[in-house]
Amino acid sequence: MLAETSLDIRTVSKTYQVNDQALDVLRNIDFTVEPGEFVSIVGASGCGKSTLLRLIIGLDTEYHGDILLDGRRIDGPGADRSIVFQEHRLFPWLTVEQNVALGLDASDAPVAIRGQSVAEHIDLVRLAGFEKAYPHQLSGGMAQRAAIARALVNRPKILLLDEPLGALDSLTRAYLQDELLRIWRQQSVTVLMVTHDVEEAVYLSDKIVVMEPRPGRIAGIVPIDLDHQRERAAAGFIAHKERVLHLLNH
Amino acid sequence: MVDQTVSEALAKPAAAAGPGRDFWRGIAVPAALVVIWSAASHLGLVDSRLLVPPERVALVPFLDADGRELWLGITASVLRMLAGFTIGILAGGALGLLMGVSRFAERGIAPSFTAVRQITLFAWIPLLTAWFGNGEAAKIVFIALSAGFPMALNTHQGLRDIPIAFVEVARVLRLSRRRLLTQVLVPSALPAIAIGIEIALINAWIGTVGAEYAMGLGRGVGAFLAEGREQFRMDIVIVGVLTLALVGFVLNTLLRAGVARLMPASGNSRR
Ligand SMILES: Nc1ncnc2c1ncn2[C@@H]1O[C@H](COP(=O)(O)OP(=O)(O)O)[C@@H](O)[C@H]1O
Ligand SMILES: [Mg+2]
Repeated sequence: MLAETSLDIRTVSKTYQVNDQALDVLRNIDFTVEPGEFVSIVGASGCGKSTLLRLIIGLDTEYHGDILLDGRRIDGPGADRSIVFQEHRLFPWLTVEQNVALGLDASDAPVAIRGQSVAEHIDLVRLAGFEKAYPHQLSGGMAQRAAIARALVNRPKILLLDEPLGALDSLTRAYLQDELLRIWRQQSVTVLMVTHDVEEAVYLSDKIVVMEPRPGRIAGIVPIDLDHQRERAAAGFIAHKERVLHLLNH
Repeated sequence: MVDQTVSEALAKPAAAAGPGRDFWRGIAVPAALVVIWSAASHLGLVDSRLLVPPERVALVPFLDADGRELWLGITASVLRMLAGFTIGILAGGALGLLMGVSRFAERGIAPSFTAVRQITLFAWIPLLTAWFGNGEAAKIVFIALSAGFPMALNTHQGLRDIPIAFVEVARVLRLSRRRLLTQVLVPSALPAIAIGIEIALINAWIGTVGAEYAMGLGRGVGAFLAEGREQFRMDIVIVGVLTLALVGFVLNTLLRAGVARLMPASGNSRR
Protein backbone atom coordinates (compact mmCIF):
# COMPACT_ATOMS: atom_id res chain seq x y z
CA MET A 1 0.00 0.00 0.00
CA LEU A 2 1.38 3.39 -0.93
CA ALA A 3 0.54 6.61 0.85
CA GLU A 4 -0.91 8.91 -1.79
CA THR A 5 -1.85 11.84 0.36
CA SER A 6 0.01 15.08 -0.08
CA LEU A 7 -0.06 17.79 2.54
CA ASP A 8 -0.02 21.35 1.25
CA ILE A 9 0.69 24.13 3.67
CA ARG A 10 -0.15 27.36 1.85
CA THR A 11 0.82 30.76 3.28
CA VAL A 12 -0.30 29.81 6.75
CA SER A 13 -0.22 32.49 9.44
CA LYS A 14 -1.33 32.19 13.02
CA THR A 15 -1.81 34.83 15.68
CA TYR A 16 -2.45 34.26 19.37
CA GLN A 17 -4.22 36.89 21.47
CA VAL A 18 -2.14 37.29 24.62
CA ASN A 19 -3.32 39.93 27.12
CA ASP A 20 -5.16 41.83 24.38
CA GLN A 21 -2.00 41.80 22.32
CA ALA A 22 -1.66 40.02 19.02
CA LEU A 23 1.27 37.61 19.07
CA ASP A 24 2.43 36.55 15.61
CA VAL A 25 3.39 32.94 15.98
CA LEU A 26 3.50 31.80 12.37
CA ARG A 27 3.89 33.94 9.28
CA ASN A 28 3.54 32.77 5.69
CA ILE A 29 4.47 29.16 6.22
CA ASP A 30 4.52 27.52 2.83
CA PHE A 31 5.69 24.02 1.94
CA THR A 32 4.45 20.69 0.67
CA VAL A 33 4.93 17.22 2.04
CA GLU A 34 4.81 14.71 -0.79
CA PRO A 35 3.17 11.31 -0.39
CA GLY A 36 5.49 8.89 1.39
CA GLU A 37 8.02 11.57 2.28
CA PHE A 38 9.81 11.94 5.62
CA VAL A 39 10.01 15.65 6.33
CA SER A 40 11.52 17.29 9.40
CA ILE A 41 11.02 20.74 10.84
CA VAL A 42 13.87 22.23 12.85
CA GLY A 43 13.96 25.59 14.55
CA ALA A 44 14.65 27.37 17.82
CA SER A 45 12.21 26.69 20.61
CA GLY A 46 9.25 29.04 20.50
CA CYS A 47 9.26 29.47 16.72
CA GLY A 48 5.85 27.84 16.34
CA LYS A 49 6.66 24.23 15.40
CA SER A 50 4.16 22.70 17.83
CA THR A 51 1.58 25.30 16.85
CA LEU A 52 1.94 24.27 13.21
CA LEU A 53 1.43 20.59 14.09
CA ARG A 54 -1.66 21.51 16.13
CA LEU A 55 -3.09 23.24 13.06
CA ILE A 56 -2.33 20.25 10.82
CA ILE A 57 -3.80 17.70 13.24
CA GLY A 58 -6.91 19.87 13.54
CA LEU A 59 -6.81 20.72 17.25
CA ASP A 60 -6.84 24.40 16.29
CA THR A 61 -8.68 25.57 13.18
CA GLU A 62 -8.24 29.31 13.53
CA TYR A 63 -5.53 30.42 11.14
CA HIS A 64 -5.02 32.28 7.91
CA GLY A 65 -4.05 30.54 4.70
CA ASP A 66 -4.82 26.95 3.82
CA ILE A 67 -3.72 23.57 5.02
CA LEU A 68 -4.80 21.11 2.36
CA LEU A 69 -4.90 17.35 2.44
CA ASP A 70 -5.27 16.16 -1.15
CA GLY A 71 -6.73 19.56 -1.91
CA ARG A 72 -9.25 19.61 0.95
CA ARG A 73 -8.97 22.12 3.77
CA ILE A 74 -8.51 20.63 7.23
CA ASP A 75 -11.37 21.44 9.56
CA GLY A 76 -10.66 19.20 12.57
CA PRO A 77 -9.09 15.91 13.58
CA GLY A 78 -9.53 13.06 11.11
CA ALA A 79 -8.65 9.43 10.50
CA ASP A 80 -6.09 10.40 7.84
CA ARG A 81 -3.77 12.04 10.40
CA SER A 82 -2.36 11.13 13.75
CA ILE A 83 0.16 12.62 16.14
CA VAL A 84 2.72 11.59 18.73
CA PHE A 85 3.43 14.31 21.26
CA GLN A 86 6.73 14.94 23.00
CA GLU A 87 5.34 13.35 26.16
CA HIS A 88 3.83 9.96 25.41
CA ARG A 89 0.38 10.96 26.72
CA LEU A 90 -0.66 7.37 27.29
CA PHE A 91 -3.56 7.05 29.70
CA PRO A 92 -1.96 5.83 32.95
CA TRP A 93 -5.01 3.78 33.97
CA LEU A 94 -5.00 1.75 30.74
CA THR A 95 -2.61 -1.00 29.71
CA VAL A 96 -0.46 -0.73 26.59
CA GLU A 97 -2.98 -2.85 24.73
CA GLN A 98 -5.96 -0.78 25.87
CA ASN A 99 -4.15 2.45 25.03
CA VAL A 100 -3.32 1.24 21.53
CA ALA A 101 -6.89 -0.02 21.05
CA LEU A 102 -8.23 3.49 21.69
CA GLY A 103 -6.61 4.42 18.39
CA LEU A 104 -9.21 2.23 16.71
CA ASP A 105 -12.22 3.60 18.58
CA ALA A 106 -13.30 5.84 15.72
CA SER A 107 -12.65 3.24 13.04
CA ASP A 108 -15.42 1.12 11.61
CA ALA A 109 -13.24 -1.99 11.53
CA PRO A 110 -15.06 -5.09 12.80
CA VAL A 111 -14.25 -6.01 16.39
CA ALA A 112 -12.66 -9.31 15.31
CA ILE A 113 -10.06 -7.50 13.24
CA ARG A 114 -9.32 -4.87 15.85
CA GLY A 115 -7.64 -7.20 18.30
CA GLN A 116 -5.41 -8.44 15.52
CA SER A 117 -4.56 -4.89 14.41
CA VAL A 118 -3.64 -3.93 17.94
CA ALA A 119 -1.39 -6.98 18.33
CA GLU A 120 0.28 -6.27 14.98
CA HIS A 121 1.09 -2.72 15.88
CA ILE A 122 2.38 -3.65 19.32
CA ASP A 123 4.62 -6.07 17.44
CA LEU A 124 5.60 -3.36 14.98
CA VAL A 125 7.03 -1.19 17.77
CA ARG A 126 8.57 -4.29 19.39
CA LEU A 127 6.50 -4.22 22.56
CA ALA A 128 5.21 -7.78 22.30
CA GLY A 129 5.10 -9.19 25.83
CA PHE A 130 4.18 -5.80 27.31
CA GLU A 131 0.54 -5.80 26.22
CA LYS A 132 -0.70 -5.91 29.79
CA ALA A 133 1.85 -3.45 31.21
CA TYR A 134 0.76 -0.04 32.49
CA PRO A 135 2.59 3.06 31.23
CA HIS A 136 4.37 3.62 34.56
CA GLN A 137 5.94 0.19 34.19
CA LEU A 138 7.58 1.18 30.89
CA SER A 139 10.79 3.07 30.24
CA GLY A 140 10.52 6.42 28.43
CA GLY A 141 11.52 4.85 25.12
CA MET A 142 9.02 2.03 25.46
CA ALA A 143 6.22 4.42 26.37
CA GLN A 144 7.01 6.51 23.32
CA ARG A 145 6.91 3.38 21.16
CA ALA A 146 3.50 2.51 22.60
CA ALA A 147 2.35 6.03 21.69
CA ILE A 148 3.62 5.44 18.14
CA ALA A 149 1.64 2.18 17.98
CA ARG A 150 -1.48 4.02 19.13
CA ALA A 151 -0.92 6.65 16.44
CA LEU A 152 -0.41 4.08 13.67
CA VAL A 153 -3.00 1.45 14.54
CA ASN A 154 -5.75 3.16 12.54
CA ARG A 155 -3.43 3.34 9.51
CA PRO A 156 -3.26 7.11 9.08
CA LYS A 157 -1.81 8.50 5.87
CA ILE A 158 0.16 11.16 7.69
CA LEU A 159 1.99 10.75 10.98
CA LEU A 160 2.96 13.91 12.85
CA LEU A 161 5.72 13.64 15.43
CA ASP A 162 6.41 16.48 17.87
CA GLU A 163 9.93 15.99 19.20
CA PRO A 164 9.08 12.35 19.89
CA LEU A 165 12.60 11.44 20.97
CA GLY A 166 13.40 14.73 22.70
CA ALA A 167 13.13 13.43 26.24
CA LEU A 168 15.18 10.27 25.74
CA ASP A 169 18.83 9.49 26.48
CA SER A 170 21.16 9.43 23.47
CA LEU A 171 21.49 5.64 23.20
CA THR A 172 17.73 5.10 23.23
CA ARG A 173 17.42 7.97 20.80
CA ALA A 174 19.82 6.50 18.27
CA TYR A 175 18.05 3.15 18.52
CA LEU A 176 14.60 4.70 18.07
CA GLN A 177 15.80 6.75 15.09
CA ASP A 178 16.53 3.51 13.29
CA GLU A 179 13.22 2.13 14.51
CA LEU A 180 11.41 5.16 13.11
CA LEU A 181 13.04 4.61 9.73
CA ARG A 182 12.06 0.96 9.76
CA ILE A 183 8.46 1.76 10.73
CA TRP A 184 8.22 4.53 8.15
CA ARG A 185 9.32 2.15 5.38
CA GLN A 186 7.27 -0.77 6.61
CA GLN A 187 4.06 1.26 6.93
CA SER A 188 4.76 3.51 3.93
CA VAL A 189 3.28 6.38 5.89
CA THR A 190 4.04 10.04 5.27
CA VAL A 191 5.92 11.54 8.22
CA LEU A 192 6.25 15.15 9.35
CA MET A 193 8.52 15.35 12.38
CA VAL A 194 9.52 18.27 14.58
CA THR A 195 12.95 17.97 16.16
CA HIS A 196 15.56 20.28 17.63
CA ASP A 197 18.34 17.84 16.75
CA VAL A 198 19.82 18.74 13.36
CA GLU A 199 21.77 15.50 13.07
CA GLU A 200 18.60 13.51 13.71
CA ALA A 201 16.81 15.50 11.02
CA VAL A 202 19.57 14.88 8.45
CA TYR A 203 19.73 11.21 9.39
CA LEU A 204 16.01 10.61 8.90
CA SER A 205 14.60 13.07 6.40
CA ASP A 206 14.06 13.49 2.71
CA LYS A 207 13.70 17.20 3.30
CA ILE A 208 14.24 19.61 6.19
CA VAL A 209 12.18 22.73 6.78
CA VAL A 210 14.29 25.20 8.77
CA MET A 211 12.34 27.78 10.77
CA GLU A 212 13.35 31.00 12.47
CA PRO A 213 11.53 32.67 15.35
CA ARG A 214 9.59 35.86 16.12
CA PRO A 215 7.48 35.50 14.14
CA GLY A 216 7.86 31.87 13.08
CA ARG A 217 8.95 31.85 9.43
CA ILE A 218 10.67 29.48 7.08
CA ALA A 219 14.37 30.27 6.85
CA GLY A 220 14.93 27.73 4.13
CA ILE A 221 14.16 24.23 2.92
CA VAL A 222 17.01 21.74 2.57
CA PRO A 223 16.45 18.63 0.47
CA ILE A 224 18.58 15.73 1.66
CA ASP A 225 19.77 13.95 -1.45
CA LEU A 226 21.67 11.18 0.29
CA ASP A 227 20.92 7.51 -0.15
CA HIS A 228 19.11 5.73 2.63
CA GLN A 229 22.07 4.08 4.34
CA ARG A 230 23.37 7.20 6.03
CA GLU A 231 26.72 7.48 7.77
CA ARG A 232 26.86 10.29 10.26
CA ALA A 233 30.59 10.72 9.70
CA ALA A 234 30.37 10.83 5.89
CA ALA A 235 31.36 14.06 4.14
CA GLY A 236 27.97 14.41 2.39
CA PHE A 237 26.14 13.99 5.70
CA ILE A 238 28.24 16.66 7.37
CA ALA A 239 27.80 19.03 4.45
CA HIS A 240 24.01 18.78 4.75
CA LYS A 241 24.22 19.29 8.49
CA GLU A 242 26.32 22.43 7.90
CA ARG A 243 23.75 23.84 5.50
CA VAL A 244 20.95 23.38 8.01
CA LEU A 245 23.03 24.82 10.86
CA HIS A 246 23.96 27.78 8.68
CA LEU A 247 20.26 28.52 8.00
CA LEU A 248 19.52 28.21 11.72
CA ASN A 249 22.24 30.67 12.78
CA HIS A 250 22.39 32.92 9.75
CA MET B 1 -18.82 20.01 58.37
CA VAL B 2 -15.90 18.89 56.35
CA ASP B 3 -16.01 20.56 53.01
CA GLN B 4 -12.62 20.36 51.49
CA THR B 5 -11.77 19.88 47.84
CA VAL B 6 -9.43 17.58 46.03
CA SER B 7 -6.42 19.82 46.02
CA GLU B 8 -6.65 20.51 49.74
CA ALA B 9 -7.06 16.86 50.52
CA LEU B 10 -4.24 15.84 48.21
CA ALA B 11 -1.96 18.38 49.86
CA LYS B 12 -2.12 16.40 53.09
CA PRO B 13 0.84 14.06 53.52
CA ALA B 14 -0.07 10.41 53.15
CA ALA B 15 -0.73 8.54 56.39
CA ALA B 16 2.01 6.15 57.48
CA ALA B 17 1.26 2.51 56.74
CA GLY B 18 0.94 -0.10 59.49
CA PRO B 19 1.19 0.28 63.26
CA GLY B 20 4.79 1.39 63.62
CA ARG B 21 6.30 4.13 65.71
CA ASP B 22 3.64 6.56 64.55
CA PHE B 23 0.95 4.28 65.94
CA TRP B 24 2.44 4.26 69.43
CA ARG B 25 3.12 7.96 69.31
CA GLY B 26 -0.49 8.46 68.21
CA ILE B 27 -1.83 6.42 71.07
CA ALA B 28 0.31 8.16 73.72
CA VAL B 29 -1.91 11.21 74.10
CA PRO B 30 -5.22 9.32 74.54
CA ALA B 31 -3.51 6.94 76.98
CA ALA B 32 -2.19 9.83 79.05
CA LEU B 33 -5.65 11.40 79.04
CA VAL B 34 -7.22 8.19 80.34
CA VAL B 35 -4.65 8.08 83.16
CA ILE B 36 -5.34 11.70 84.10
CA TRP B 37 -9.10 11.11 83.81
CA SER B 38 -8.86 8.05 86.06
CA ALA B 39 -6.71 9.85 88.62
CA ALA B 40 -8.95 12.91 88.62
CA SER B 41 -12.12 10.93 89.27
CA HIS B 42 -10.63 8.53 91.82
CA LEU B 43 -8.82 11.19 93.80
CA GLY B 44 -12.05 13.17 93.93
CA LEU B 45 -10.54 16.14 92.10
CA VAL B 46 -13.70 16.41 90.00
CA ASP B 47 -17.30 15.69 90.90
CA SER B 48 -17.62 12.00 89.99
CA ARG B 49 -21.11 12.62 88.59
CA LEU B 50 -19.51 14.89 85.95
CA LEU B 51 -16.52 12.72 85.26
CA VAL B 52 -17.27 9.05 85.75
CA PRO B 53 -14.17 6.85 86.20
CA PRO B 54 -13.07 5.11 82.99
CA GLU B 55 -13.66 1.54 84.18
CA ARG B 56 -17.31 2.34 84.95
CA VAL B 57 -17.74 3.89 81.51
CA ALA B 58 -16.20 0.82 79.92
CA LEU B 59 -18.78 -1.44 81.61
CA VAL B 60 -21.88 0.67 80.93
CA PRO B 61 -22.61 -0.81 77.46
CA PHE B 62 -22.59 -4.32 79.00
CA LEU B 63 -23.97 -4.13 82.51
CA ASP B 64 -26.31 -1.17 82.58
CA ALA B 65 -29.88 -1.58 81.27
CA ASP B 66 -29.91 1.88 79.70
CA GLY B 67 -26.32 1.43 78.52
CA ARG B 68 -27.18 -1.78 76.68
CA GLU B 69 -29.40 0.29 74.41
CA LEU B 70 -26.14 1.36 72.77
CA TRP B 71 -25.90 -1.74 70.58
CA LEU B 72 -29.30 -1.32 69.00
CA GLY B 73 -28.51 2.38 68.73
CA ILE B 74 -25.30 1.73 66.80
CA THR B 75 -27.09 -0.69 64.50
CA ALA B 76 -29.91 1.76 63.83
CA SER B 77 -27.52 4.66 63.24
CA VAL B 78 -25.23 2.74 60.92
CA LEU B 79 -28.15 1.44 58.84
CA ARG B 80 -29.65 4.91 58.68
CA MET B 81 -26.30 6.34 57.71
CA LEU B 82 -25.76 3.76 54.99
CA ALA B 83 -29.15 4.56 53.48
CA GLY B 84 -28.51 8.31 53.45
CA PHE B 85 -24.90 7.90 52.34
CA THR B 86 -25.86 5.67 49.42
CA ILE B 87 -28.55 8.06 48.23
CA GLY B 88 -26.19 10.99 48.77
CA ILE B 89 -23.24 9.67 46.81
CA LEU B 90 -25.43 8.43 43.98
CA ALA B 91 -27.32 11.71 43.64
CA GLY B 92 -24.25 13.85 44.34
CA GLY B 93 -22.12 11.79 41.98
CA ALA B 94 -24.73 12.09 39.22
CA LEU B 95 -25.00 15.83 39.73
CA GLY B 96 -21.21 16.25 39.74
CA LEU B 97 -20.94 14.11 36.63
CA LEU B 98 -23.57 16.15 34.85
CA MET B 99 -21.85 19.44 35.70
CA GLY B 100 -18.47 17.93 34.82
CA VAL B 101 -19.29 16.63 31.36
CA SER B 102 -21.80 19.16 30.08
CA ARG B 103 -20.95 22.85 29.78
CA PHE B 104 -24.64 23.48 29.33
CA ALA B 105 -25.57 21.74 32.58
CA GLU B 106 -22.64 23.38 34.36
CA ARG B 107 -23.80 26.87 33.40
CA GLY B 108 -27.33 26.05 34.41
CA ILE B 109 -26.73 24.22 37.67
CA ALA B 110 -23.39 25.30 39.12
CA PRO B 111 -24.45 28.80 40.30
CA SER B 112 -27.52 27.50 42.16
CA PHE B 113 -25.49 24.61 43.51
CA THR B 114 -22.84 26.96 44.86
CA ALA B 115 -25.47 29.21 46.40
CA VAL B 116 -27.35 26.37 48.09
CA ARG B 117 -24.09 24.91 49.35
CA GLN B 118 -23.51 28.09 51.35
CA ILE B 119 -26.44 27.18 53.61
CA THR B 120 -25.09 25.56 56.76
CA LEU B 121 -26.35 22.01 56.70
CA PHE B 122 -28.03 22.21 60.08
CA ALA B 123 -30.13 25.08 58.81
CA TRP B 124 -31.88 22.53 56.59
CA ILE B 125 -33.36 20.80 59.61
CA PRO B 126 -36.38 23.08 60.15
CA LEU B 127 -37.19 22.88 56.47
CA LEU B 128 -36.81 19.12 56.31
CA THR B 129 -38.90 18.50 59.42
CA ALA B 130 -41.59 20.77 57.98
CA TRP B 131 -41.60 18.78 54.75
CA PHE B 132 -41.01 15.27 56.02
CA GLY B 133 -41.91 15.37 59.70
CA ASN B 134 -39.67 14.10 62.48
CA GLY B 135 -39.42 10.54 61.23
CA GLU B 136 -37.00 8.46 59.25
CA ALA B 137 -37.50 10.25 55.90
CA ALA B 138 -36.33 13.64 57.17
CA LYS B 139 -33.26 12.10 58.78
CA ILE B 140 -32.28 10.17 55.70
CA VAL B 141 -32.74 13.17 53.45
CA PHE B 142 -30.58 15.19 55.81
CA ILE B 143 -27.85 12.53 55.76
CA ALA B 144 -28.10 12.32 51.97
CA LEU B 145 -27.61 16.09 51.75
CA SER B 146 -24.60 15.90 54.09
CA ALA B 147 -23.00 13.27 51.88
CA GLY B 148 -24.25 14.59 48.56
CA PHE B 149 -22.70 18.05 48.58
CA PRO B 150 -19.04 17.04 48.97
CA MET B 151 -19.61 14.15 46.56
CA ALA B 152 -21.01 16.46 43.86
CA LEU B 153 -18.33 19.05 44.48
CA ASN B 154 -15.41 16.64 44.23
CA THR B 155 -16.80 14.77 41.25
CA HIS B 156 -17.37 18.02 39.40
CA GLN B 157 -13.94 19.33 40.28
CA GLY B 158 -12.24 16.06 39.37
CA LEU B 159 -13.85 16.13 35.94
CA ARG B 160 -13.01 19.78 35.43
CA ASP B 161 -9.36 19.30 36.36
CA ILE B 162 -8.65 16.69 33.71
CA PRO B 163 -5.30 17.52 32.12
CA ILE B 164 -5.76 19.28 28.81
CA ALA B 165 -3.16 16.90 27.35
CA PHE B 166 -5.56 13.99 27.81
CA VAL B 167 -8.48 15.92 26.38
CA GLU B 168 -6.40 16.67 23.29
CA VAL B 169 -5.52 13.01 22.85
CA ALA B 170 -9.21 12.14 23.09
CA ARG B 171 -10.02 14.73 20.42
CA VAL B 172 -7.25 13.58 18.11
CA LEU B 173 -8.37 9.95 18.45
CA ARG B 174 -11.97 11.12 17.93
CA LEU B 175 -13.22 8.97 20.79
CA SER B 176 -16.94 8.32 20.98
CA ARG B 177 -18.78 10.05 23.83
CA ARG B 178 -19.21 6.80 25.68
CA ARG B 179 -15.55 5.86 25.36
CA LEU B 180 -14.54 9.37 26.38
CA LEU B 181 -16.62 9.10 29.52
CA THR B 182 -15.67 5.59 30.58
CA GLN B 183 -12.03 5.43 29.48
CA VAL B 184 -10.86 9.01 29.96
CA LEU B 185 -13.06 11.30 32.03
CA VAL B 186 -14.14 9.05 34.88
CA PRO B 187 -10.79 7.26 35.36
CA SER B 188 -9.00 10.59 35.36
CA ALA B 189 -11.41 11.97 37.95
CA LEU B 190 -11.33 8.80 40.04
CA PRO B 191 -8.87 9.99 42.71
CA ALA B 192 -11.01 13.09 43.24
CA ILE B 193 -14.18 11.00 43.29
CA ALA B 194 -12.61 8.68 45.89
CA ILE B 195 -11.84 11.66 48.09
CA GLY B 196 -15.41 12.84 47.56
CA ILE B 197 -16.70 9.47 48.78
CA GLU B 198 -14.42 9.58 51.79
CA ILE B 199 -15.58 13.05 52.80
CA ALA B 200 -19.18 12.05 52.07
CA LEU B 201 -18.85 9.16 54.50
CA ILE B 202 -17.44 11.30 57.30
CA ASN B 203 -20.16 13.87 56.67
CA ALA B 204 -22.87 11.21 56.54
CA TRP B 205 -21.83 9.94 59.96
CA ILE B 206 -21.73 13.41 61.48
CA GLY B 207 -25.04 14.13 59.76
CA THR B 208 -26.59 10.92 61.13
CA VAL B 209 -25.82 11.77 64.73
CA GLY B 210 -26.78 15.40 64.18
CA ALA B 211 -30.10 14.38 62.68
CA GLU B 212 -30.83 11.94 65.49
CA TYR B 213 -29.89 14.46 68.11
CA ALA B 214 -31.85 17.31 66.55
CA MET B 215 -34.88 15.45 65.17
CA GLY B 216 -35.54 13.23 68.18
CA LEU B 217 -37.70 10.11 68.04
CA GLY B 218 -36.40 6.70 67.15
CA ARG B 219 -33.26 4.79 68.01
CA GLY B 220 -29.69 5.73 67.30
CA VAL B 221 -26.44 6.84 68.86
CA GLY B 222 -27.63 10.44 68.71
CA ALA B 223 -30.82 9.55 70.58
CA PHE B 224 -28.76 7.52 73.05
CA LEU B 225 -26.64 10.60 73.72
CA ALA B 226 -29.62 12.91 74.03
CA GLU B 227 -31.24 10.49 76.45
CA GLY B 228 -28.09 10.29 78.59
CA ARG B 229 -27.91 14.04 78.79
CA GLU B 230 -31.60 14.36 79.73
CA GLN B 231 -31.12 11.93 82.58
CA PHE B 232 -27.80 13.44 83.55
CA ARG B 233 -26.06 10.10 83.02
CA MET B 234 -22.52 11.23 82.28
CA ASP B 235 -21.34 7.64 81.90
CA ILE B 236 -23.79 7.18 79.04
CA VAL B 237 -22.87 10.50 77.47
CA ILE B 238 -19.18 9.62 77.54
CA VAL B 239 -19.87 6.18 76.06
CA GLY B 240 -21.93 7.83 73.33
CA VAL B 241 -19.22 10.32 72.45
CA LEU B 242 -16.53 7.64 72.36
CA THR B 243 -18.80 5.49 70.20
CA LEU B 244 -19.18 8.32 67.69
CA ALA B 245 -15.44 8.63 67.36
CA LEU B 246 -14.88 4.89 67.15
CA VAL B 247 -17.59 4.18 64.59
CA GLY B 248 -16.41 7.11 62.48
CA PHE B 249 -12.87 5.80 62.61
CA VAL B 250 -13.88 2.25 61.72
CA LEU B 251 -16.06 3.40 58.80
CA ASN B 252 -13.28 5.52 57.43
CA THR B 253 -10.73 2.73 57.73
CA LEU B 254 -13.03 0.26 55.99
CA LEU B 255 -13.76 2.73 53.22
CA ARG B 256 -10.08 3.48 52.62
CA ALA B 257 -9.28 -0.18 52.37
CA GLY B 258 -12.18 -0.62 49.94
CA VAL B 259 -11.16 2.35 47.80
CA ALA B 260 -7.54 1.21 47.70
CA ARG B 261 -8.67 -2.16 46.34
CA LEU B 262 -11.00 -0.64 43.77
CA MET B 263 -8.47 1.81 42.36
CA PRO B 264 -6.91 0.49 39.16
CA ALA B 265 -3.27 -0.53 39.44
CA SER B 266 -1.96 2.73 38.11
CA GLY B 267 -4.79 5.11 38.95
CA ASN B 268 -2.75 7.09 41.44
CA SER B 269 0.51 7.25 39.62
CA ARG B 270 0.01 9.82 36.93
CA ARG B 271 2.97 11.18 35.17
N1 LIG C 1 -2.30 28.72 23.51
C1 LIG C 1 -1.38 29.70 23.37
N2 LIG C 1 -1.70 30.99 23.68
C2 LIG C 1 -0.79 31.96 23.52
N3 LIG C 1 0.46 31.78 23.08
C3 LIG C 1 0.85 30.54 22.76
C4 LIG C 1 -0.05 29.43 22.88
N4 LIG C 1 0.60 28.32 22.50
C5 LIG C 1 1.85 28.71 22.14
N5 LIG C 1 2.00 30.03 22.29
C6 LIG C 1 3.19 30.80 21.96
O1 LIG C 1 3.47 30.60 20.61
C7 LIG C 1 4.87 30.51 20.40
C8 LIG C 1 5.20 29.24 19.67
O2 LIG C 1 4.94 28.14 20.52
P1 LIG C 1 5.22 26.64 20.06
O3 LIG C 1 4.44 26.38 18.84
O4 LIG C 1 4.97 25.77 21.22
O5 LIG C 1 6.78 26.68 19.72
P2 LIG C 1 7.80 25.48 19.49
O6 LIG C 1 7.05 24.21 19.43
O7 LIG C 1 8.48 25.82 18.21
O8 LIG C 1 8.77 25.53 20.62
C9 LIG C 1 5.54 30.65 21.74
O9 LIG C 1 5.96 31.96 21.89
C10 LIG C 1 4.42 30.33 22.70
O10 LIG C 1 4.61 31.04 23.90
MG1 LIG D 1 7.15 22.51 20.72
